[in-house]
Amino acid sequence: MGILEDRLPDNILFTTVDKFLNWSKKNSLWYMLFATACCGIELMQTGASRYDLDRFGSVFRATPRQSDLMIVAGTITHKMADRVKRLYDQMPSPKYVIAMGSCANTGGPFYKDSYSVLKGVDKIIPVDVYVPGCPPKPEALIEGIIKLQQKIMQEKNLVKK
Amino acid sequence: MEPKGIYDILSKTFSSKIKQFLENTFPPTIIVESSAIVDVCKFLKNEEGLNFTSLMCLSGVDLKDQGKMAVVYHLFSITHRHKIALKVEIDRNEPHVPTVEGVWATANWYEREAYDLFGIIFDGHSDLRRILMPDDWEGYPMRKDYVYPKKYHTWDV
Amino acid sequence: MVNVDERFMEVSMGPQHPSTHGVLRLLVRTDGEVLTAARPYIGYLHRALEKIAERVTYPQFTPFTDRLDYLASMNCNLAYAMTVEKLLNIEIPRRAQIIRVIMAELNRISSHLIAFGSFSSDMGAFTPFLFGIREREFINDLFEMTCGSRLTYNYIRIGGVSKDLPEGFIDKAKEFLDYFPGKLKEYNELLSYNAIFIKRLANIAVITPEDALDYGVTGPNLRASGIKWDLRREEPYLIYNELDFDIPIGRGEMGTIGDAWDRYMMRIYEMEQSTKIVKQCLDMLAPGDYTAKVPKVLKPPAGEVYVRAENPRGELGFYLISDGSTKPYRLKIRAPSFANLSILPKLAKGVMIADLIAIIGSLDIILPEIDR
Repeated sequence: MGILEDRLPDNILFTTVDKFLNWSKKNSLWYMLFATACCGIELMQTGASRYDLDRFGSVFRATPRQSDLMIVAGTITHKMADRVKRLYDQMPSPKYVIAMGSCANTGGPFYKDSYSVLKGVDKIIPVDVYVPGCPPKPEALIEGIIKLQQKIMQEKNLVKK
Repeated sequence: MEPKGIYDILSKTFSSKIKQFLENTFPPTIIVESSAIVDVCKFLKNEEGLNFTSLMCLSGVDLKDQGKMAVVYHLFSITHRHKIALKVEIDRNEPHVPTVEGVWATANWYEREAYDLFGIIFDGHSDLRRILMPDDWEGYPMRKDYVYPKKYHTWDV
Repeated sequence: MVNVDERFMEVSMGPQHPSTHGVLRLLVRTDGEVLTAARPYIGYLHRALEKIAERVTYPQFTPFTDRLDYLASMNCNLAYAMTVEKLLNIEIPRRAQIIRVIMAELNRISSHLIAFGSFSSDMGAFTPFLFGIREREFINDLFEMTCGSRLTYNYIRIGGVSKDLPEGFIDKAKEFLDYFPGKLKEYNELLSYNAIFIKRLANIAVITPEDALDYGVTGPNLRASGIKWDLRREEPYLIYNELDFDIPIGRGEMGTIGDAWDRYMMRIYEMEQSTKIVKQCLDMLAPGDYTAKVPKVLKPPAGEVYVRAENPRGELGFYLISDGSTKPYRLKIRAPSFANLSILPKLAKGVMIADLIAIIGSLDIILPEIDR
C-alpha cells in the first residue's frame, strides 16, 4: 500500500481493488502458535485432523516475523505479559489478534483470587475478536476466525477512510 | 516398618532433638528440631532397615496464629515401602532452616519454591532465588497476611 | 567493560517456542553446537492455585484441579477427590469406582497420544501428530457424551462422579477399544522402529536408577530406568487390585536402559495396558449408585493427609491441612513434572541442541503442573 494508501477517491475501480486485496488477505491468515495453557490444546486440535484450519488457508508458523494473526490461547501471567507485548511488536503489519478463551478475555476462573494473572490480554495489546469458552470448542474458534475474516473484508486500504 | 518403630529408633539415636510424634495424621508425623534436620535426614536415608530413598514432597506452611512457620518433609522408602512425615517448626519473623539438598537432590527446587512463596531461608542452599514469581516481585505471596499489590509494572494486578 | 567469554554463546530458548511443551524458558550456553549448560526458568504460568485453594470451598476447587494437568484432567480430579475423601473417611460405591477407573485409563491413553504426537513433531516428523489427534478425537467424543466437555471435565467429584454413564457409552467404548490396538501397531511400524528415530534417541540422556530416585523422577521415566514401581500395583486404590495388567519397564532394547527411546516406548506399552484395563472394567460394570451421600456443606474434621495417585506423567500428590472449616487451610500440590524437569540441567551437559529437544520431549513435562 504505502504511498497509495488513503489517497484515492471512492469509486468503483478502487473499491474493487480494495475488495480484491481484502479477499486475498482474509484467505491466507497465517497464525502464530502462541499457546500457553489449556486453550492451546484446543488450538492444536483445531489445526489438526478433524477440524482442519488449513482449509481456511491458515497454517501455523512458529515465529512472529512470518505470521499475520496471533491467537492468544491461554492464561497470561504478569511474568509473561512483557513477552506478549514484545511478540506483538515483532509481528509485521497488517496484524490481527484473537483472544481465545476466558483467561485471555478477562482473566478467566482466576479473576477473583489470583495475584499473578493478567485480567485480560487487551490490557497490553489491541484485540480484534474475543472467543468465549473454557476452553472454546474448535467450532467456536472457527467461528471466531470467520468473524475476523468478515471484519477484514470491510477494511479500507486504498480509498480514503 | 511401623511408624512408631521408626520414631523409637530416632528417639534412641537423637534423643532431645526429636520433639513429638503425631499419630493421627496420614502418614504419621515426627516433629524434629530444626538444627538437627540434616543429620536426621542423612540417618533416615542411609540406615539399614530404614532406607528412605525418596523425598516425595517438601512444603512450607504458614501457622500465623501460633507465630510459627513449618516445613514438612514427606519421605518414602522404595525398598521397604514405608512412609513418614517430618515437620520442622521455626520462628515466623526469622525463618531459617538448614538445607537438605545434600541428602536428596530433588530438595533443591522445592526449597526454592518455599523461599519464593513463604520467605523461608534455607541455610547452605547453593542457589536460593525466586523460581515461580518474577524476579522483581516484592513480598511473599503465600503468607496468610499478604496484601495483593495494586500495580505491577504499568498494569493492575 | 563486561568480561565476555568469546568461546561460549548464551542463547535464550524463550517462553514462546514451538518445542518446549508450554511456556518454559531455557538459558542455554553453547560451544558451537554442543551445550555446556542448560538452565530452566519457570513461573510463566504461575496462576496461584494454592492461594486460590485457601479462598474457595472444597467442592469449588475441583474445576481448578482440571487446569493443573489438562491432558490428564480426570486423573487430577481423582487424586484431589481421593485426598478429601481420606479426610472425610467415606466409602465410594462400587459402580462409581469402576467408572472412575474407566475414565482415568481412557484419559491416560489420550494423554500418551499427545505425548507421542508432539514428541514426534519435535523430532521433525509431523504425520504421527495428526494420527495421534485422530485417535484422541474418538476419546474426546466419549468424554463429551458423558460430561459435556472435551478437555477440562470436572467429572470426578468428591464422593463419586457427577453423572452416570449415558446410553450407548459401553458400545461406543468397545468399538474404540477394538479399533485402537491396530493403530498402535501402525505407530510402531511408522515411527518406533524407524532407523532414523532410533539413531536420534538411543543412548541419549540416560537416567540411572540412583539419579532417578534422588531427583524424585516418577512415572514412565522411572520405569524406563528399570525400577518396577507403579502406584496402581504397589499401593492400589479404587479397584486396581482386582485387575490384570502388566507393568512394563525399560530393558535397553535399542541402547542403554533408561535412554530416551526407552522413555518413549514406555508410553506405547502403557497405552496397550490401559486398553486391557478398560476392557476388563467395561465387563465388570453392574447397576448401582454413581455417587455416595455427601453433605451439601463439606466440613472435614481437622487433620493432615498426603495422598498420591499415578498420573500419566508420574505421581501426583496432594498435601491437605484442614482446620475444620469449609475451606482448606493449606493445600500443597506435588506435581510430577516439577521433579521430572529438575533433572534436566544434569542431563543436558555435552549434548547437541537437537538432542536437548529430544530430552525435553522424552521427559514429557507439562508446564501448568510445574507452575501451578
